[in-house]
Formats: sequence, structure tokens, C-alpha cells
Amino acid sequence: MRYVYADNSATTALSPKVLEKMMPYLTEVYGNPSSIYTIGAKAKAAVETARENIAKNLGAANPNEIYFTSGGSESDNWALKGVCHALKAKGKKHIITSKFEHHAILHTCEALEKEGFEVTYLDVYENGIVHPEDVENAIREDTAIVSSMYANNEIGTIQPISEIGAICRKHGVIFHTDAVQAAGYVKIDVQKENIDLLSMTAHKLHGPKGCGLLYIRKGVRIENLICGGAQERNKRAGTENVAGIVGLDAALQLAIDGMDERNAKLEKMRDRLIDGLLKIERSRINGDRVHRLPGNVNMCFEGIEGESLLLRLDLKGVSASSGSACTSGSLDPSHVLLAIGLPHEIAHGSMRLSFSDDNTEEDIDYILEIVPEIVSYLRSMSPLWEKIKKQEAQG
Amino acid sequence: MAYSEKVMDHFANPRNVGEIENADGVGEVGNSKCGDIMKMYIKVDNDIITDVKFKTFGCGAAIATSSMATELIKGKSINDALKLTNKAVMEALDGLPPVKVHCSVLAEQAIKAAVSDYYKRRGVDPEPIVGNVPECDSCGCEG
Repeated sequence: MRYVYADNSATTALSPKVLEKMMPYLTEVYGNPSSIYTIGAKAKAAVETARENIAKNLGAANPNEIYFTSGGSESDNWALKGVCHALKAKGKKHIITSKFEHHAILHTCEALEKEGFEVTYLDVYENGIVHPEDVENAIREDTAIVSSMYANNEIGTIQPISEIGAICRKHGVIFHTDAVQAAGYVKIDVQKENIDLLSMTAHKLHGPKGCGLLYIRKGVRIENLICGGAQERNKRAGTENVAGIVGLDAALQLAIDGMDERNAKLEKMRDRLIDGLLKIERSRINGDRVHRLPGNVNMCFEGIEGESLLLRLDLKGVSASSGSACTSGSLDPSHVLLAIGLPHEIAHGSMRLSFSDDNTEEDIDYILEIVPEIVSYLRSMSPLWEKIKKQEAQG
Repeated sequence: MAYSEKVMDHFANPRNVGEIENADGVGEVGNSKCGDIMKMYIKVDNDIITDVKFKTFGCGAAIATSSMATELIKGKSINDALKLTNKAVMEALDGLPPVKVHCSVLAEQAIKAAVSDYYKRRGVDPEPIVGNVPECDSCGCEG
């Protein structure tokens, strides 16, 4: 049976080229970068080379603005808590973010609300895109930070980051973006886009799990999240994940090197798949079709439930994900799908397929062959579908 | 979260899927907002459930518990069917992940709803026999 991995927004396969770059630091160069002897110094040099290269690739002014972390969640927590705690003494107690951020942002905001901070959650409208003017209207005297994801993890919609950045800069408000999904698929330039803080992680772009970074523009006041040793210029304690850092750099470099060609290939596959699946009756694509990550397909099929769709896909060798309540372990379906205005019963029937360079047109052919069959089978046993059809017949 | 082999077997090859024309009782529980609806059809002869079919909108566990529940009551007396608990359905499936326990409750309720309907059709008040069958008391929603 064919196997298709179509959940690259969850994580990606480690690239053999990235692994090759990491291998020396998992084997012979095991020294602690803080140690002064040779293998420590070698490890330190590898970390600093990666930092310089990553800084260049993100358009940062200085390598010292790159701080390595354990990944996206830590970076998001650090950005929000660190800035809010640092600016609290200045009377700043307001945060602006959107309704469909990753939980690493939303749950951090909830934690900060408990501490007394106020949060404005911006609408993302039906197409899943924040309106920059809404950001401007929400800014107050006491706004500490604006946080908007670069691209949404479920529906792949790309946000107007440059516009939001310009607004924040104009008003002197710190701007953070979670670029975990966008990095490697969108050209990022933190200086041009007026980004003050940026989160990213290695494992979404064929790098290793457990390593990410927070870009912190020089001059941004931020408190530490992890206290301890003097690593990362006294800002983030903990012995460096040397192999992970080398892998993060290698993965970002590979992603940037082939970006245009890869994006063109993925967009072609994505659009063919969306057009094909939209032929299924009562199906819909979630999120803007144009301002969208090249590998993201997120659809709803009325009358069926997402988890059973995923399990049937898995039985046919396709790994995908869903925003249904049943896969989230809660009663409500995805907050992202609810934020773009989908009713619960439709949001339950969602499916996300996310592709990478490893996928092929044959994968798309296969998915186009099996999804309509599965949807039609599940509908044949669905009392909800029966009701929908009955209502349809009654006009 | 992982399903047992039995759950996956009943999900992949659900038993007794469909409708019964001229069913003696039809029960439906759950709602679309919560993401689970189970509809159960029974054919009754001399107090014995001679045939049972189901249709379910829901997750893997919802489909598997419906399927298992129909197997457990087919050929049984109404009294025995009413004694079937969600726990028994879960045990027969070698367990369910904690977040899916409500699916087995729904399966138990679907049977009770079908039996209630059977009594109603015969002009018998089902409540003293079956009890009150809530349409959706398992998930805590208001729907």
C-alpha cells in the first residue's frame, strides 16, 4: 500500500542532509560549549557559526539578536511573558493578539490575564486574515506588545506582517510574530518588516525536534524565562543543544535555498488537490486561497466527523490531521475554524493535509482517489448527512 | 491516544450498519454540535431483539461503540438489552481512551432510546421500564 505523509504542519521528516551536518555534534564533538578545552571550543564555534548564518537568513542586524530555545512554544512564552513582565513597571498592561493564534500564544495570554494583563483578541474574519487597521485601532497607551502569527498552523493563511509591523513601529509598540509555520516558506526579513521578536522552530522544516529560536531585536526590554547559567548572553540558561542548533541552521538554509522552486511545486499540487476535493458536494476550503502557505490544504466535508475521516485515511496509508473536537481531546472543535466563523457541526468535519518537498503529484492522485470514497462511505452511515439531504429535498 | 485493536476492528469493519425498514423502534441520541449522533433501529419479536442496525455520525470510538453495542444486544431480550451498560461496551472493546468514554455512554443511551420508542409505539409509557433517556447528557453541552 502507498504511504503518504501529509501532516508536515505537525512535524516533518528529518532531512538526511541536515542529519549529516548534525552527526559530528551527536558523536565526537560532544563538548559543552561553555568549556574552554578543544572539544568545548569546537562546539561553541559551531553554535556561533549557526547563529551568524541564521541571523543573515532572517535579515537580523546582528547575530547576537538570535537566542536559541527548545522550540516554538518556549519562544512564544518567552516573548510574551518576558516583554510583559519587563514593561509592567512602566504601566504597560495590554496585549493585542488574534483569536486564532497557536495555543502557545493563547494559553500564555490567559496566564498573563490571570496576572492582571488585559488582552484584545482580534477578529480574523472569514478568510482567516487579521486586518492591520484593527491592530491600529486596538493599540492603547498601555499596550505592551502585539503578537500576530506569520502564518496560521491549521488553515495556512499568511498574515500582513509588514503592515502590522509598520503600525507597531509607528506607535512604538513591541511586535512579536510566531513564524513557526512560515519560516522556510515565506521570505522573512525582520528589519524590513519591523519585527521586534520572532519565534521559529527547526522541526517544521526538516530539522530536528527540540530546537528553536527567539529573535530579539537589540533594545527590546525582555525578562528571562529560564534562569540558570550564563548561556545565550545571560538571557537563556541551559547547556546549548549543539546538534539541534546546527540542525536548525542547516534546515533553514536548505529551505531558503530552494524556496521559490519548492513553493511553485507545492502550490501547483495544493491547488490541484483543492480543486479536486471541492468537487465533493457540500465541501469547503477553509481560509484564504491566495494568501496561504504553499503546502496547506484545509477542508470541511459536511455530515461527517473529522477523526473518523483521519482514521480511514490512516487505514489507507495517509497521515493527516483534523480540527475536530475528537482529535483535540476537548468538546469544542478547533478554535481556528470557529474563529473564521464555521458552525460547530461543520468544523467537526475538517481535514488538514500539509505537504512538503518530499510529497509528489502521485501522492495528490492517490488522495484524490481515496478521499471521495471515504467521505461518501462515512456519509452513507451518518444520520447527520441523512438530515442534511432531507432538508435539501424539502428546499 | 491510541485505540485498541478491537476498537479499530469495529471502526474499520462496523457490524450492523444501516437502517431497518419498518423497524419496531428507532432511537437517536447526541447532536451535531457536539460531533456525535447515534441512531439505532430495532426489530422486536416476542420481546427478543431479532435485528438491530445503526447509523452514526461521530469519531472512531462513536462508530466502534455503536457497532459493538449492536452486536451485544442482537438476539437478546429487551430486558437484557436494557441491562447493557456503557462499561460492558467498553470492556468488550478492550477499553477506550478516557476522553472517549462518553461515546460508550451514548451507545448505551441509543439502545435505551430505541427501546423507549418501541414501547411508545405500542402505547406503553416507557419511562417506568427504561427510565428517562436524555438525548445528550454525556458531553455537558447545552445542545
